[in-house]
Amino acid sequence: MSEEKTIQELQNICVDLKKHVVEMTYHAQSGHPGGSLSAADFVTACYFKVMNVDPKNPKWEDRDRFVMSKGHSCPVQYAALGELGFFDLELLNTLRKEGSILQGHPDMKRCPGIDISTGSLGQGLACAVGMAMSAKADHKDYRVFCVVGDGECDEGEIWEACNTAAKYGLDNLIVYVDNNGLQLDGPVDEVMPLGDIAGKFAAFGFETWSINGNEMSEVVDALEQATASKSGKPKVIVGKTVKGNGISFMENQVGWHGKAPNEEQCKQALADLDAAYVK
Amino acid sequence: MADVKKRATREGMGEEIVLLGEENRNVVVIDADLGSSCKTDAFKKALPDQYYNLGIAEQNCAGVAAGMATCGKIPIVVTYAAFGSMRMCEMVRQEICYPKLNVKLICSHGGLTPDGDGASHQTVEDLAIMRSIPNMTVIVPADYVAAKKLVRKAVEMNGPVYMRFTRNAVPILYEEGDNDFEIGKAKMLADGNDVSIISIGDTVRLALEAKDILDSKGISAEVLDMHTIKPMDEEAVRASIRKTGKIITIEDHSVINGLGSAVADIIAQEGKGILRKIGVQDTFGETAPYDRLMEKHGITTEALVQCAEEIMK
Repeated sequence: MSEEKTIQELQNICVDLKKHVVEMTYHAQSGHPGGSLSAADFVTACYFKVMNVDPKNPKWEDRDRFVMSKGHSCPVQYAALGELGFFDLELLNTLRKEGSILQGHPDMKRCPGIDISTGSLGQGLACAVGMAMSAKADHKDYRVFCVVGDGECDEGEIWEACNTAAKYGLDNLIVYVDNNGLQLDGPVDEVMPLGDIAGKFAAFGFETWSINGNEMSEVVDALEQATASKSGKPKVIVGKTVKGNGISFMENQVGWHGKAPNEEQCKQALADLDAAYVK
Repeated sequence: MADVKKRATREGMGEEIVLLGEENRNVVVIDADLGSSCKTDAFKKALPDQYYNLGIAEQNCAGVAAGMATCGKIPIVVTYAAFGSMRMCEMVRQEICYPKLNVKLICSHGGLTPDGDGASHQTVEDLAIMRSIPNMTVIVPADYVAAKKLVRKAVEMNGPVYMRFTRNAVPILYEEGDNDFEIGKAKMLADGNDVSIISIGDTVRLALEAKDILDSKGISAEVLDMHTIKPMDEEAVRASIRKTGKIITIEDHSVINGLGSAVADIIAQEGKGILRKIGVQDTFGETAPYDRLMEKHGITTEALVQCAEEIMK
């Protein structure tokens, strides 16, 4: 985006996106609020600070690409695209409804601004690698931003893609691991311990940043450093985050991976978020 | 066909993709460490900037290809049929077929043709799997010439394509100058009034041999090369139902959900016609010479002749 936003403005946009996530999943009565909320800061910083995209020309060939590899967290990406004007903001509440462009998992053929369809975990990163390779092959300077979940890193294809990213020196690829520590069946440390995530990516040849992924200033700093670095290495930002971030009764609760709030919970969640605006 | 020339269909493909890559610089090859075996050496040598070897990681190959296709590339993913149809199957479904991206899966070692490799590499399920996925086109060339012509058509069309090639040399059936290859259109190779033999890939030659033998026995067989199993040339099948009403399918593939099953669907919908399916009977392959394997699974000229005689009674 050409306009320079302050950290405070970004924080408030992030709250807007989170409120959309709550309302969207409430209206759908299904969807994945927990992982959408933990990734909200990164999505906000990408779309409202760092990325070059054009809502009026979603297929602009020189645009930066965004891949939500953990496709179930699409509500927060839809919220960002809606706020930017890729489609009518009112469509947000058609999430998961019949005929909606906002499918349960992102569909690039239906929804403007979605660069690749995702939903089956472990696959989006390989697609992001393919995009970054194309940019290199065509001597274009667009970047590719890809969000993966920590649980998603159980998938072997993630590490296959990492090998490829290192082989081709994809310093135009910025991977973000939304390390909220919870996956569908329980804590990551119990379901399948990942150990040192940043260390693993480093061993695969990545330049790494480890940050508090729910602290906007840290997210923006890391993104600015990662995009500025021409190290010839792919980049990963491991964001320690809180699943259900910003909502008192959702935070760090495994049960809020794929569950929609009821009316009362929706009101409570929106009240929590309203209190989070920075004045 | 004693002095007939033989070549593996993967060789025709390997030669043609070099031309395609020279004509269109967006055509790229993605290998999974099987390049030499799948005949992409020439492409790699001629067009190194359009060549990527991503190692033994097929799932990633499919995803990378999808990502490249969204950026205007025409990726040709090259591997063996077993891995192209099964190891990367879900990635093909999710990232290539669902968004209908312009990726070509070019798979050698189809059917029983990797004879010495045994069951792990012999692929008798790939056509069934790939034709079940929406948006996928599935093609099996019969010989070296058809391989060249059809891989060109596949690269020139927009959308996902799965193509199966042979590891082993098979007889050359078509003239180099034959340009009558259209995706989704069967080739009528011999006219006949009594029985119709619908064949695909390395079984087309068997159908042609059987036709000659049947002629000498007073049975007039028509022979079709159904190189595109999806979308199938349904009109050609219906014409055979109307004309002979007696159809034999033959395929180097399981009889479950391959060519025979696709033809059976049409016959059932028409409500008339008799069908016999020749193919692998719901079992795995094994190590043995290719001809022995085909014999063992009853995919032979003799089986076709016998079947035609039985069906004519």
